[in-house]
Amino acid sequence: MTYSNAYTPPRKSATFDDYALAEIRRAAATGIYDIRGAGAKRKLPHFDDLLFLGASISRYPLEGYREKCETSVVVGSRFAKKPIHLKIPVTIAGMSFGALSGNAKEALGRGATIAGTTTTTGDGGMTDEERDHSQTLVYQYLPSRYGMNPRDLRRADAIEVVVGQGAKPGGGGMLLGQKITDRVAEMRTLPKGIDQRSACRHPDWTGPDDLEIKIQELREITDWEKPIYVKIGGSRPYYDTALAVKAGADVVVVDGMQGGTAATQDVFIEHVGIPTLACIRPAVQALQELGVHREVQLIVSGGIRSGADVAKALALGVDAVAIGTAALVALGDNDPRWEEEYQKLNTTAGAYDDWHEGKDPAGITTQDPELSKRIDPIAAGRRLANFLKVMTLEAQTIARACGKNHLHNLEPEDLCALTIEAAAMARVPIAGTNWFPGKNDSQGALR
Amino acid sequence: MIVGLLFISSEILLMPTFDLASTSLRDLNRALHQIPDGANDLNFNVINPRGSHSVAVGVDKPIVVEIHGSVGYYCAGMNNGGIVTVHGSAGPGVAENMMSGSVFVEGDASQYAGATGRGGLLVVKGNAASRCGISMKGIDIVVHGDIGHMSAFMGQSGNLVALGGAGDALGDSIYEARLFVRGKVKSLGSDCVEKEMRREHIKILSKLLERGGVKGVKAEEFTRYGSARKLYNFHIDNAEAY
Ligand SMILES: Cc1cc2nc3c(=O)[nH]c(=O)nc-3n(C[C@H](O)[C@H](O)[C@H](O)COP(=O)(O)O)c2cc1C
Repeated sequence: MTYSNAYTPPRKSATFDDYALAEIRRAAATGIYDIRGAGAKRKLPHFDDLLFLGASISRYPLEGYREKCETSVVVGSRFAKKPIHLKIPVTIAGMSFGALSGNAKEALGRGATIAGTTTTTGDGGMTDEERDHSQTLVYQYLPSRYGMNPRDLRRADAIEVVVGQGAKPGGGGMLLGQKITDRVAEMRTLPKGIDQRSACRHPDWTGPDDLEIKIQELREITDWEKPIYVKIGGSRPYYDTALAVKAGADVVVVDGMQGGTAATQDVFIEHVGIPTLACIRPAVQALQELGVHREVQLIVSGGIRSGADVAKALALGVDAVAIGTAALVALGDNDPRWEEEYQKLNTTAGAYDDWHEGKDPAGITTQDPELSKRIDPIAAGRRLANFLKVMTLEAQTIARACGKNHLHNLEPEDLCALTIEAAAMARVPIAGTNWFPGKNDSQGALR
Repeated sequence: MIVGLLFISSEILLMPTFDLASTSLRDLNRALHQIPDGANDLNFNVINPRGSHSVAVGVDKPIVVEIHGSVGYYCAGMNNGGIVTVHGSAGPGVAENMMSGSVFVEGDASQYAGATGRGGLLVVKGNAASRCGISMKGIDIVVHGDIGHMSAFMGQSGNLVALGGAGDALGDSIYEARLFVRGKVKSLGSDCVEKEMRREHIKILSKLLERGGVKGVKAEEFTRYGSARKLYNFHIDNAEAY
């Protein structure tokens, strides 16, 4: 009789796990790094690591259905003659026509308009569809300047100077040949079918002093009417926020590393930048030290999925959030109804991220006219509006429980953290204690 | 807002004149933006620009703007149909993202002249610094002197002409822009190669030289450069070039 315990079971390496091994084999077979859409997929400290304390004896809550909890926010009032009035503190992040189908862009505009919030153009310029279907539209000013022209600047409601994105701070853009149809090519003044690389730096300014002059130029061209946002990828949020304010931004947009992208190298998405949670307090501190918190609005994005995330971001001092991926999911992205087709693409619903290939079964990240038809802009717009409504209701529910009659009255004192990492990043105490790392740091831990 | 009349040569030109020593930039640009359709007064003078940034940006009408002195950044930025002349030198980004019309610089131009321009004509009588025509998207640029390094980086379309030489890395990562250089090119950037001057190019260039006010120089004296088109679709064997 053999003694069965004399056997060592096969043990896989934690370092060389299945994913790492598969990546080595894939790289060896193809000779190219992995390019994909979506944001960081690794587990990161996030809003899930924070909890609200809720009212108790020391503070009292507001009644759910009777006592008002305001949600509106005005952004861009620092210098612009025509600031933006948002009904809800959730906006739609910039996603390009080219990366997204025309129908998807239209749906985003319709949904946002019903909800009383803004949509944003992207790399590739403004289409008539999105202008016509978005009541308030933010026009991105990107390094590539694809499609940039003074007419669209003037018919936009705000201008967002994009310095970086959370998925790839310091990186440029990429739209691979497969997605370049005649219309996309024409908007970008490039031949059809070639890879379109978007530069990582602006062609005509470098550094904060130039940015100030560039912002002045944009204001002069648009007669000081439009709010000017500056969008940065989360890496040095304290300094970048301070420099954007100094350069004259009306609004600072900070996008953390979970933020989605249409197409970026996986190595970039997973290894460059810092988590959204880690971006907020340094950015708020910079605004406070400059005496412009609430005067220069802070919009944060990257991995925001629910009203709880919105409420937590606002409690940490943010004025509004932006959503990309969640909005696409509300439209129908990665829906299990297309599972059979995801399988054919060697993936599964919920994991599909080859958005750069243009074969999206849900018809969202594609330029294929047949696939695009799968998304009905009216119905999908309605779903987005529903989702935005639910996010707002959720955030209000939490705010009332904390006794707040405006979402903006949420504050860090309403929060506690579940992990040391989240406590350090959010600067709120670990649940059940009054301690967080760096609490007694007289230097100001954030700098 | 309109502060006086200006004497040029011995003629008295009854042109509205903005003196930037006493009038704000805002007043100047607002006035240039508010010209009604069918207006008769289409000629403007600007004096004492003293290096101001964003002079005559966002012009959207076929007006004539004469700027007497040197300007700072982004002069005539996004010009759409105006004819703007700088009687002096221009700072960075002159005529950036021009749509149509023309911009003349009598002196030198700093970095990024004509950056991302989509149309129209930019003429620099002196030299242009680095990144002239960066990311150009249809503009025509004629430089009477030299152009600096990295000129026409990622140039997508349009024509860049230099009567003098060009600095390092001319036309790096270029798409379909055409480059014509008469003098020495220090080095070519990734994917930029010398190309044959065919009849069609001689024709295009001759016309550009004429429009750029160049006299006594023949198109045949230039060399044409453009894209080898090897970086148009990613290929791992070209990785060093990216
Ligand atoms: C398909 C797609 C396209 C995008 N295109 C752009 C773009 O053109 N410009 C830009 O600044 N950000 C772009 N982004 C990033 C978003 O603006 C935003 O920062 C990010 O999606 C927010 O994170 P979230 O997706 O987790 O909500 C894109 C994101 C996605 C998912």
